[in-house]
Amino acid sequence: MGGWLDLSMIEANGWRLLAGLEITVEVVAISCSIGFVLSYPIALMRMARNPVPRTLSLCYVTFFRGTPLLCQLYLVYYGAGEIRPFLTSLGLWWFFRQAFYCCVFAFSLNTAAYQAEIVRGALLSVSRGQIEAAQALGLSRYRVARHVVFPQALLVALRPLGNELISIIKASALAAIVTLLDLMGQTRLIFARTFDFSIYLYAALIYLAMTALIARVWNLVERRLTRHLRKRADPVSRAVGAPGTAPSPTELSTASQAR
Amino acid sequence: MPALELLFGTNGWGPLLLKGAGITILLALASAPFGFGAGLLLALMNLSGSRVLRGACTAFTTLFRGIPDLLSLFIVYFGLQAALNWIASRVAPGQAFTMDAFVAGALSLSVVVAAYSSEVWVAALHAVPRHQHEAAHALGLGRWRAFRLVILPQLGRVALPGLGNIWTILLKDTSLISTLAVSDLLRAASEASRSTQRPMLFYGAAAMIYLFFSIVSGGMQSVLERRANRGYA
Repeated sequence: MGGWLDLSMIEANGWRLLAGLEITVEVVAISCSIGFVLSYPIALMRMARNPVPRTLSLCYVTFFRGTPLLCQLYLVYYGAGEIRPFLTSLGLWWFFRQAFYCCVFAFSLNTAAYQAEIVRGALLSVSRGQIEAAQALGLSRYRVARHVVFPQALLVALRPLGNELISIIKASALAAIVTLLDLMGQTRLIFARTFDFSIYLYAALIYLAMTALIARVWNLVERRLTRHLRKRADPVSRAVGAPGTAPSPTELSTASQAR
Repeated sequence: MPALELLFGTNGWGPLLLKGAGITILLALASAPFGFGAGLLLALMNLSGSRVLRGACTAFTTLFRGIPDLLSLFIVYFGLQAALNWIASRVAPGQAFTMDAFVAGALSLSVVVAAYSSEVWVAALHAVPRHQHEAAHALGLGRWRAFRLVILPQLGRVALPGLGNIWTILLKDTSLISTLAVSDLLRAASEASRSTQRPMLFYGAAAMIYLFFSIVSGGMQSVLERRANRGYA
């Protein structure tokens, strides 16, 4: 094992870690955005009256939340190779040939399932009376959604969505297993070349900085967006989580949705 | 070869997959008690008056909640091996020490579970009203007996949903151990698909087994929750 504060290690391999970080950020940003776009229709299907879309959506969500992400990634990455002729005939082989796109594909579908559950919970949290009141005012369906449901639902969804983003950053390390040279992949490569264990600790610091930064930014955004709901700033009870009160079940269930 | 024969035929890969599934469950079952127990200890440390304990505990949970589970597992797995080798080189020089991959894997999973579950325990400890402590104290119970007889039985009910969540995370996280040297369900599926060139079939079958475990866990969780809440309507 090398020294714990061996800076020559970073001098020699720092640019590799940075290159890996760039890939990680790309994968996470693309997957999360696609997942966010997909999540809304999935949540709506899940709440539909028609049992066919409801069941389809339930199966989708159950599958992607109930199986390990690594297994899903293998299914896409290795499975695509098995049906290569079929994919070629569809003109999609260039997409599945590359580990990067396979990861984006698997992560997007996976996070869409998690985000759909968040969106559904948020939509359901808007009280029925709000919608009825808006309808009584003669607002159209679109306007009810746009001006009454979404603003309230988004606030409820904000925190769990932030947790989901953090959890996707953490899950993106799996990309390294299918040979993508993201931050984790570069780390493994450097370790394989130098047998210097400290590189894992540097990678840990970078991941930690990323997740901590997002948590911090997210808290600021949330404080800003919910400022109308607070009578006055109360930093103590926010930090401790209001001692003596039971945490709401949603808070517990979304505390950490690792794959 | 047809899919059914590959899975269930006399020379099929079904038994290997089932054996892997057994190891997956064992791995999860072996890690859960240590992880949940250590998480509770961390939570108690966090709520103890000592600033040093609280700092150490916060550092531990922040680190392992903030980095990828895969990285945590690597760090604990390789770090543990390195530490044991270092100790071995001091105690009995010249002898290499290798740790059983299953044990090392279970220990590293426990570390991750401990970090995740400590937050659930903290919330549960906060949820027990203060006067419960005071009443136990008034009855003349010492700190340990008050905790064991009064607080602990009430914790379970509140912590159950959160712990159930972490259990499903743990169940899925066992798949990461397949990248080390444990022949769990996912590794069995990898071996089968490499030999037969049928990854869709075998990863699909593995996914179905994981799904089965998740659904059964979910069912058991709601039964346990109903039982724990039966006095609370």
